[in-house]
Amino acid sequence: MRYSGLKVITQGLFGNKGWGPVWRDPAPKGEYDAIIIGGGGHGLSTAYYLAKNHGLTNIAVLEKGYIGSGNVGRNTTIVRANYFLPGNSEFYSHSLKLWEGLEAELNYNVMHSQRGLINLFHSDGQRDAFVRRGNAMINQGDDAILLDREGVRQHLPYLDFEQTRFPIYGGLLHPRGGTARHDAVAWGYARGADQRGVDLIQNCEVTGIDIEGGRVVGVQTTRGSIRARKVGMVVAGRSGQVAAMAGMRLPIESHVLQAFVTEGLKPCIDHVVSFGMGHFYISQSDKGGLVFGGDIDFYASYASRGNLPMVEHVMEAGMTLMPMIGRAKVLRSWGGIMDMTPDGSPIIDKTPVDGLFIDAGWNYGGFKAVPASGWCMAHLMATGESHAVARRFRLDRFKTGHLLDEEGTGSQHNLH
Amino acid sequence: MRITCPLCGPRDRREFYYYGSEDYLTQPALGDFDAIDAHLHLRDNLAGEVRDLWYHEMGCAAWLLVTRNTVTHKISDVVQVAGGGVGILAKMKPEEGAL
Repeated sequence: MRYSGLKVITQGLFGNKGWGPVWRDPAPKGEYDAIIIGGGGHGLSTAYYLAKNHGLTNIAVLEKGYIGSGNVGRNTTIVRANYFLPGNSEFYSHSLKLWEGLEAELNYNVMHSQRGLINLFHSDGQRDAFVRRGNAMINQGDDAILLDREGVRQHLPYLDFEQTRFPIYGGLLHPRGGTARHDAVAWGYARGADQRGVDLIQNCEVTGIDIEGGRVVGVQTTRGSIRARKVGMVVAGRSGQVAAMAGMRLPIESHVLQAFVTEGLKPCIDHVVSFGMGHFYISQSDKGGLVFGGDIDFYASYASRGNLPMVEHVMEAGMTLMPMIGRAKVLRSWGGIMDMTPDGSPIIDKTPVDGLFIDAGWNYGGFKAVPASGWCMAHLMATGESHAVARRFRLDRFKTGHLLDEEGTGSQHNLH
Repeated sequence: MRITCPLCGPRDRREFYYYGSEDYLTQPALGDFDAIDAHLHLRDNLAGEVRDLWYHEMGCAAWLLVTRNTVTHKISDVVQVAGGGVGILAKMKPEEGAL
């Protein structure tokens, strides 16, 4: 079924009784040309682009829970292309362009809202760093506008401009940055992949990876064994466990990242805003809740919940920046499991096992990458070659020293 | 989360700096790049009981080996690294006659 405004109106007139399930619920076949492990945003977009760009339709996505039950359904939904380093810059630029055409591409309303993203700075040194970053973004063909203090005040009059501890010097405005509806991205890609013949197999946990003579030949699952000559591991925070089934250790440590949502409020925060002196960022969802978060808890964890010191830190940073939000009540918080690499950048690469590919290490920034990650992973799995915009996301870059340390804090697990 | 330091008793998590997996306690041989890569970067990344290094930064400055469950955050054991003879300090002692 194609969606359209007319369809919404006619369905509305007849009690919305004509909507059906959006994707099939097939049983796994015995063999596929390719298997994607992980039915999150990246896995679904990989399947979608394998089918659409490369004509590979005899493929399955194996998801241990239900589609969209992982981080793609629980994140702070920010979409941006404000990276600095060659390697990251062209990749996220490509991703943002895909976002801009995503709704037409998928015939699905992902509520992509380019409301503008402002990164604030609070010292001369930070200003210089942001000028440099803005120039890198412009060189990449994206947009960046440097705002002085008055410029920031025009956009964000509610910030505390009087406080002296972290005075606001200005901000870097990325007008094409914004947010999107996270669930809809998963659903849109799932529907698009399903329509092209991809089998989305839910409640199907992979329990083993079959390797014969150094090449992958299939997987064992809770719903039987499935053969395939190409297997992609796209499992985010669980990458360590899945890779262990293939006898691999990864440069990944899983950490917990918390985020928070307040009760629904009338529109008050129009942009995505980040505070440069305490890790804090905020936007307002279309439902009205303020969605905000900070840094990871900084210890390895699979608990899906964090500890109170980081809650306190995030609230303090928010109150320092915009005291008005102190009157909003926090409705809920959650902790997502982040696949952290030592340098904070992702991996889209082959593995030492023939036919086995990996897309992982998205740290706390995987959501914005969903379209380009799938695009590049599909290219890699179909052609055996890295896509031009993802060629630096190598699995062995920590050993070879070709790091992508966007933050410049060093290549060590506990620093990103 | 509270961590019971063997020297200071139960203390708030904020006093401690998380360094990382116990893999750091095994020093790789110089020139063995695979071993150095494994030491610095590659991790088992287990969901369950792990042992990792914490530094009591805002307390007694001891390096601690904490046995902790990454799924429940339950801490079952904390020992001093130095006491076990595997300490980073022990490794950093200059060889005899080197100075």
